[in-house]
Amino acid sequence: MSFPWAKNYEPQQPLMKWLDEKLPLPRLVYNAIGAGYPVPRNLNYFWNFGVLAGVALVIQIVTGIVLAMHYAANAGVAFNSVEHIMRDVNAGWFIRYAHMNGASMFFIVVYLHIFRGLYYGSYKAPREMVWLLGVVIFLLMMATAFMGYVLPWGQMSFWGAQVITGFFSAIPAVGDPIRVWLLGGFAPDNAALNRFFSLHYLLPFVIAGVIILHIWALHIPGSSNPTGIEVKDEQDTVPFHPYYTAKDGFGVGVFLLLFVTLTFFSPNLLGHADNYIAANPLSTPAHIVPEWYFWPFYAILRAFTFNFLWIDAKLWGVLAMFAAIALLFFLPWLDSSPVKSSNYRPLNRIFFWVLVADVFILGWCGKSPAEQPYVLLSQLGAAYYFAHFLIILPIISRIERPLPMPNSITEAVLAKHADAPSAATA
Amino acid sequence: MVRPLGFLVGLGFIAALVFAILTTPLTNEPNASHEFHKHPKHLKLASDGLMPHWDKAQLQRGLQVYKEVCSACHSLHLVAFRDIGDLGYTEGQVKTFAKGFQVPSVNPDTGEPATRDGLPSDYFPGPYANEVAARAANNNALPPDLSLITKAREGGKDYVYSLLTGFQNPPANLPKELRPGTGLHFNPYFANLNLAMAPPLTKGQVTFADGSPNTVEAMAKDVSAFLVWTAEPKLVKRVQVGWAALIFLLIFTGLTYMSYRNIWADKKH
Repeated sequence: MSFPWAKNYEPQQPLMKWLDEKLPLPRLVYNAIGAGYPVPRNLNYFWNFGVLAGVALVIQIVTGIVLAMHYAANAGVAFNSVEHIMRDVNAGWFIRYAHMNGASMFFIVVYLHIFRGLYYGSYKAPREMVWLLGVVIFLLMMATAFMGYVLPWGQMSFWGAQVITGFFSAIPAVGDPIRVWLLGGFAPDNAALNRFFSLHYLLPFVIAGVIILHIWALHIPGSSNPTGIEVKDEQDTVPFHPYYTAKDGFGVGVFLLLFVTLTFFSPNLLGHADNYIAANPLSTPAHIVPEWYFWPFYAILRAFTFNFLWIDAKLWGVLAMFAAIALLFFLPWLDSSPVKSSNYRPLNRIFFWVLVADVFILGWCGKSPAEQPYVLLSQLGAAYYFAHFLIILPIISRIERPLPMPNSITEAVLAKHADAPSAATA
Repeated sequence: MVRPLGFLVGLGFIAALVFAILTTPLTNEPNASHEFHKHPKHLKLASDGLMPHWDKAQLQRGLQVYKEVCSACHSLHLVAFRDIGDLGYTEGQVKTFAKGFQVPSVNPDTGEPATRDGLPSDYFPGPYANEVAARAANNNALPPDLSLITKAREGGKDYVYSLLTGFQNPPANLPKELRPGTGLHFNPYFANLNLAMAPPLTKGQVTFADGSPNTVEAMAKDVSAFLVWTAEPKLVKRVQVGWAALIFLLIFTGLTYMSYRNIWADKKH
């Protein structure tokens, strides 16, 4: 694991020596996120988001455990128990708003983390397993976030659950019985709420487990870097501690500043007013809208409005929505370019930014009501999304002529510093 | 294998989308009610913005409007009598206020349903025994609970204020199908323009002890301010704590930035 010049853990005190012999836990930490892990010296701020995602998960788990002490997972009282937390529990309003906005902050940093990986080719060999595990974490996060949103048992909770569990009924022939079996009833009710609560409490710990695998798989080849050139010798790297612990400390500060601003000054900005109305199976809200982090996928779901090739439009939508995430599993093999970083891939760089714009347009459509021009835009946006990953990327990775690349990370760093003063005087 | 298969899957989805585009009409069905629907008017309150505080005199007037007008039809089931201590009432005043309400109870001798005087720990009792009774009394419409109303509607307090002051005669060019039916009242701030609630406030309806103006606008403003408080009694505290957290984090982040620069000082990157 890691590089031959990695520093070795040498306990000094007798207690630490004794512990190292019996259970080398400090050694594990030292090699994972301490001075024993050499990291490329040229990482930019986009490499902060992995640590930030970990911080976000810890915040969600801590606030979530406290909330679970006061929340009651029963369809009759769930809504009021959340209001009890907001009104009567000491600092309950803070814990609840932090958990609610913590989910959004978690998705913000994870989306930046994913797009970092897309731009810099972090999914390519030798880091395919890191990427695959990352997609698994993303899927688990989406499931956890969806089930968490159901728990306050407001109108959007209920109708969101109705729509999402409705996906299963799109399966031909056996869809409806499967849906009834999963929900424990014909519509979301107490049985569904209870199992969602149980799973919402379980899945974050599954995520934590997969994160351990994600980091383990990362530490075998070591971290990627903005040039995409692999580490060649010791001068290409710095020890994780203190260099990146210090940089990540600053990153955590900026992350918390944004988090606190959202939580204390505009806690309901990313929420939906309808979720402050208790769930009512007899009254459908005018617009059923998921949370913002699902908007692009919701737009893809709704873009399919035609029963094409004997497949129902609804099933097309559900298949497309799952395919939009599942195709990420194949990304390391869809993109055959040997060059990782888009800094040296002029064509891929252009299409990367088109993809970013496309995802924003899809998100905007997912938020908007199902009327024109949003329907047309989401159809075009969904078509580009699939074309990007399944058609454009495989083709450009063949025809693209990469830009000249430096020989090593250190050469790239020194060239940048040699350029900087002359650029300043020019 | 991955690339040719992926190519085919991609073409499949794109083909389905092309057919979807060709078969979806590009124009929306006309919706006449959109053009008569108005966006809420902005209501400025002391609890707004980055330096909020509760205007306690206003909240007390709002409570009086709720008690004398709104509570005839609307419940406030998340608010307890003890909570109105926040509005500047003393413990004795809260006790007296609670005593003015009859809350459901059980006769200790017979076990029969009964009522007793309210205590500070009781919640505001609703006007109706149940939903059936509420609908029966209101032409089959259900008056919503008001505890969270300013958080539970798009536009929040602005919407509540606009709705209360927005009742008017329908414009002359309003199509027939959008005109209010029996028992409905035209209000351009309401999503489908006609609502079951009759204009609840009339000029001079409530007499304030402090002699504050009691026009419809003034009362609507006071009760909206009160409903902002019922929806989030911790609002002012939340922003105050937010400032403390922000200042702490600014110092923390400044220090982490300096230590980051210090540690990397001799390392080109």
